[in-house]
This record gives sequence, structure tokens and C-alpha cells, in this order.
Amino acid sequence: MDQHEQLGDELGSSDSSRRTFLKRSSALAALALTPPVAKAAVDQGLHEKVATAFEQMPLQVNINGTMRQLSIEPRVTLLDLLREQLHLTGTKKGCDHGQCGACTVHVDGTRVNACLTLAMTTEGATVTTIEGLTNGDPATAQLHPMQEAFIKHDGFQCGYCTPGQIMSAVACIREGHANSPDEVREYMSGNICRCGAYANIVDAIMDVKKGGARV
Amino acid sequence: MNPFQFTRVTTPKAAISAITKERGTYFLAGGTNLIDLMKREVIIPERLVDINKLPLATIEKTATGLRIGATAKNSTVADNELVKKHFPLLSQALNAGASAQLRNMATVGGNMMQRTRCPYFYDTSMPCNKRSPVQAGVDKGQANGPSGCGAIGGHNRMHAIFGASGKCIAVHPSDMCIALVALDATVNVSGPKGDRTIPFIDFHRLPGDLPQKDNTLQPGELIMWVDLPTNRFADNSHYLKVRDRASYAFALVSVGVGLDIKRNTIQDVRLAMGGVAHKPWRLTAAEEFLKGKPATEANFKQAAALAMQGAKGYGENDFKLTLAPNTIVNALKTATKTA
Repeated sequence: MDQHEQLGDELGSSDSSRRTFLKRSSALAALALTPPVAKAAVDQGLHEKVATAFEQMPLQVNINGTMRQLSIEPRVTLLDLLREQLHLTGTKKGCDHGQCGACTVHVDGTRVNACLTLAMTTEGATVTTIEGLTNGDPATAQLHPMQEAFIKHDGFQCGYCTPGQIMSAVACIREGHANSPDEVREYMSGNICRCGAYANIVDAIMDVKKGGARV
Repeated sequence: MNPFQFTRVTTPKAAISAITKERGTYFLAGGTNLIDLMKREVIIPERLVDINKLPLATIEKTATGLRIGATAKNSTVADNELVKKHFPLLSQALNAGASAQLRNMATVGGNMMQRTRCPYFYDTSMPCNKRSPVQAGVDKGQANGPSGCGAIGGHNRMHAIFGASGKCIAVHPSDMCIALVALDATVNVSGPKGDRTIPFIDFHRLPGDLPQKDNTLQPGELIMWVDLPTNRFADNSHYLKVRDRASYAFALVSVGVGLDIKRNTIQDVRLAMGGVAHKPWRLTAAEEFLKGKPATEANFKQAAALAMQGAKGYGENDFKLTLAPNTIVNALKTATKTA
């Protein structure tokens, strides 16, 4: 108990979220497992560092062909990891609640909503974002056939939903769910376009599917 | 999102031990509902136990039917050849739910555990007995916002017409579970006190005085798999979902039906309805009526009328009292190819 209070004091009363976390996470048990660096930080009253040492967890994940060794808070979603920590801002945050599809990326080849995926659950996985859809340097690489088709068919207006639409569209064909415009509409229903470019998006997907290009 | 501790487990035993150890611990599977609820602070876990790496994602034939692991993804089950051939109702119901992305994430067990989409449950400034039960200290994670029921006398277009209570009129949101109830599935769970089998119809419960309890799982129990017994319904199955959009919306009313028909006579039939109650709603009176009778629209209408006995509207959802029997009749017509 003394130890608990002492730790609370060390962390200061101004930082309530850190304090709440430590309270929640049973500070006594945590202290026993505290890594030396965090213990030293406590001794020196380095609040942020000790909090960080408590909260960060290691994560190894392949993102667009690059193996990343990361250290993240468990509450970080894959979407926030991509955008805020790795600055891969091609993946968009729309609703952040799994309703709009703007955050669609591929994890181990299947399309998912990055906003509802805790980054920690991608340990050992391969993540592909719009930036990694084609191989090589994004500045010089050719566009993916689906990107070409979206341009050709004017499959967007403001463009905010487009990266999610394209990642979803590629998966839709790979899954074998792009055999008719009706099927495309059904299997693309998780991607909302506020500009209403749906008709052109369906045209773009059907064009790629009929063209037989390797997606 | 509030901070929490994160543990990854690889065996069911470790998962059960981890969830039993500490209050406020939740299993994390696909996360499509839980992470959303955490972002909205409807649920504030102390710890998440990631069960995605448990060896429970398989779909395999058994002596009596098909066994589907709890962490099998919804899309994997829907596209599985054995499921499509022998239990097309399950495949159809799964594909009627959510979006392609969400089905790639969501698991069978997680689908069973998903919470109601009642807007009062989701809004922590609104009264809700499910989110904030009157009984103190039931679960710290649920004590967010005021108690009461905003939907009774409030906006209740999506709400229950069967089995509701004065404490809660929310509906169970799953499509998959409607098919599993119709298909006489059973659920295997494992917990600190051992393993047990629960008939799928008894897995979810009516709200009564404990609307915070969606199901009959005991503390520390983990869903292991679902067993489907073989049946003769594959040729005459249909899942009919009526919703506000053509796709990607929760059911206003849905009906899952499977029939065994010989010479236009119904030998056996299973009927279940979604979007109408706090649990998947099995239509046993209608089933009993239809057995041995010819597959005619007149019989379907009588069966639907039997199914609607005891139904009660709450204002905005009164339309379901007409929509539900019509949906039952249409589902039966489609399944019997008499439409």
C-alpha cells in the first residue's frame, strides 16, 4: 500500500491518465516486473519515461515489404500506427468506427478496417497499404491497374475515400467477388463514398476484372 | 481510448486462466464490436486477452455434422465449401451481415458475443440498463452513464417485439446466430469449472431483470466451437433480411428457414427470426403447424400468424408487427421455390 501511494506521488497528480492507468494496472504487481530502466526512471522522478516504459509493448510487423520493430501502446489501432507513427497517411481516417471503409488495408492478404484493428494483433503479420500496392519507390513506380482504372473511370471526386476504395476493390477481385456489377456493389458496400462516385467505382472494378490484369 | 493491459495467449487454458485472474478482463478476437465499444467508453476493460492465436479457427467434418472453431473468421465460414453445400442458410446469413472487411475480421465466437446496436446503449449520456445496470458493482466496465431505458417511450424503430422487459427492449443484432438457432447448433465452452455444451437457443437470453447479461456464459468461460448436426434442409433454405439499405445495415426483421420437402409436403422445417428479440427467436409454433402440410401460401400465412402470437410494438417499431409475418411468408415462399 505504501509502495502504491509512493509510486502515485512520484508520478504526480497532474497527469491523471497515467495515474489512472497505473492504478488500474495494479501498480504493485507491475512494480515487481518493472524493467531496470523504468525503475531508474522512478528513482529519478522521470514521470513520462516510467509511464512510457510501463505502457509500450514490442511489435514486429511487415508493412509494405519492410519489417518494422516497433514499440507501441496496446491501445493504438493499426490506423493510428500507420498514420501517426509511420506517417503513411495514404490510409484515411473517416468515421474511426468501422462504418465507412476509408481505412481499409490488407492484413495477410485480406482487407480489414484498420480503425478497428489493434496494432498489437498484427504481430508477425504482413500489412499492405495504398502506398505499398505497387512494388518499388512510390515516386517512380507505375500505378496499380486499379489505380489506373479509377483515374480512367473518374472513380472519385474529393478522393478521401479513394485509398480505401482501391484497397477494397483489389481485394474484391482477388476474393473472386467481382463477377457482376451487382456482386461488386454488394461486396464493396463497406466503402462509403460521400461524393457518390459509386457508378464509376463499379465501372472501374468491372473494367479491371474484365481486362484480366493481374491484381 | 482508455489505456489497458494487453496479453496474448496461445492455448485455451491460458486464455481461461488470464480472464479468471483479474476483474475487467475481456477476450479480444476480431475486435469489430469490442474496439468500437471501447472507443465510445461503453466498455472500459482493464485488460484484453488476445485470443486470435488460439488453435480454434478450423472447420471440420465430425461424425454428426460440422464443427466450426470459435476463432474462424465470418468470411472463411461463409465461403467454406462444406458450409455452402450442407448449410447454405449459414453462409447466406453470414454474407447478409456487416461488410466484406468486417467479415474478414469478425469471428464466430465474437459474432455470438456482439452487443446490441441500440443507440441508447451506445450513447453514454443516455439511460441504459444494459450498459449501466441498476445493481451496483456488477461490472465496473459497465457502469458508464445513467441507468434506465431510453428506448421505452423513446426512439425504438429497431427494437424488440417479442420477449422484451420493462428494463430493456433491445434486440440481438447477429445474422449468423439466427441461422445457427434454426440449424439446431450447439456451443461448446470451456471454463474454470470444466467444459460444457449449450444448445444454441439457450446461449442467448431474454433481458428480464438482468439486461446487462446477453447470454448464459459463466464467468471465465471461453467459446471453443459450434457444432452443426447434419440435416436435410440444404435444398430448401433461405435467409431473408429486410433492412433500410440494400447492404451493410442491421436487420429490421430477418427470417432464416430450412425445410425438408417431399412431394410438396413439408416433412420437417426450422424457422428463426432476427431483429425482433433480445435473442434469436425460434418460431416453434409455426414449425409444428407446418409439419406434414403442403407447402402453400395459405399454410405459410397461417404459420406466420401463429408465430406472431404475443408480439408487442413499442410505437416506432409497430410496423414490425406487419413486416415480420410478411417476411416469414416470403422467406418460406423463396425457400420452397413457390414464390
